[in-house]
Amino acid sequence: MSSSTKVSRIGEELWKTKIDKVNAELVTLTYGTIVAQLCQDYDGNYHDVNKQLEKMGYNIGMRLIEDFLAKSNAGRCANFRETADMISKVGFKIFLNVTPTVTNWTSDNNQFSLIFDENPLADFVELPDDGRAQDELWFSNILCGVLRGSLEMVQMQIEAHFVSDVLRGDDTTEMRVSLVRYIEDEMPPEDD
Amino acid sequence: MSHPPRHSSMLSISNNVQTAATPSEKPLPPTQLQATSQTPPGLRVPSNRKTIYDRHLNRTRNGELSRASFAFLFGEMVTYAQRRVTGIQDLERRLNEQGYPLGLRLLDLLFYRTTSSTSSSALSSSSTSASPPNRPLRILPLLHLIHGPLWRQLFNRSADALEHSISPDTPNEYMITDNDPLVNTYISVPKEMNQLSCAAFVAGIIEGVCDGCGFEAKVSAHNQPSELWPSRTIFLLRFGDSVMEREKVLERAGVK
Repeated sequence: MSSSTKVSRIGEELWKTKIDKVNAELVTLTYGTIVAQLCQDYDGNYHDVNKQLEKMGYNIGMRLIEDFLAKSNAGRCANFRETADMISKVGFKIFLNVTPTVTNWTSDNNQFSLIFDENPLADFVELPDDGRAQDELWFSNILCGVLRGSLEMVQMQIEAHFVSDVLRGDDTTEMRVSLVRYIEDEMPPEDD
Repeated sequence: MSHPPRHSSMLSISNNVQTAATPSEKPLPPTQLQATSQTPPGLRVPSNRKTIYDRHLNRTRNGELSRASFAFLFGEMVTYAQRRVTGIQDLERRLNEQGYPLGLRLLDLLFYRTTSSTSSSALSSSSTSASPPNRPLRILPLLHLIHGPLWRQLFNRSADALEHSISPDTPNEYMITDNDPLVNTYISVPKEMNQLSCAAFVAGIIEGVCDGCGFEAKVSAHNQPSELWPSRTIFLLRFGDSVMEREKVLERAGVK
């Protein structure tokens, strides 16, 4: 428990001292316009939109990890539980100024949930009232890709997906993250 | 002019600022919604009612996020747009179109915030009049709104210059200068594309604000590097003929 508070103190400190800031609404609106554009480009095929958002996130994650490591000076995590804490309390803290709750671990410690109390990407957002978006679109799906991309760069293959979203009328916004395997000595894949 | 279709093609998904949402979308007050036991038509809402209608619009007013997050998102947006376009102009048009709906919505937000803050506290430093600001009727107040409050809201500082075209042939052209636009800071443009300015996104935002105010305009972004400011960018606003005509009428009528 104490290591977890230590990590969260690191995140707080970094956010206060080391992070260049911009107006939050600029980020929120920019993300909103990206999703809106995709919905238009893919003709309201929300499955494809989800996929494309994940891909964009993956591209971001692969580069973002470097920024994360440079700023946080974080060492190697001893296990996946430590990784989860680091993601929530340092990663999300310094990039989105939120700390989603880490919970619902499986007994093998390979799967957990991130519960988002706040999600700056989704501020001001209402999904289209077309009878489908609330069932098909994962508005913040880019975050899944960011996790996949960044963790892949530090030798972890993971799978992440949202299981609920307040934008869909759920009471929480929850992302499920599973460790697939630790990658050993392979060349990183091409940027797509 | 392609403006009316642009309005109508806007998706409701792109950050529906509360004031911009049409009231008809939400016909029932919350108490009635809960009283009817069957699911109401329309969007589902969480039982803790964390919807955009229940949260204060000024909640994120002074919120901050990491500059890196913006850079990553914007970079990815440009990369994505680049794969679907035929050339530099087409890319700029696309970025402009993505900024446009933000301008329309930011305008409402700006008015909402300036009027509600002036009623309780002192006026913002940019305004000289004692009454709360109204929608601009003339070009100059509109430009001041963009140069000051809009820029401050987006970039936490005012723009660097505001000029009127000196050429008698183009009295409808105005220029707003940003010496170091945030949107260009993290984009490295390849040499063969040096015409490209990703600030076209911001030009789109400005265009949305102008259109939303009833000032039909075309706005474009141009690189104008100086020795001191290598990424200096000029936003060129070209107002339509109808705007210039109205401007003359209003001037005669003494409207400021």
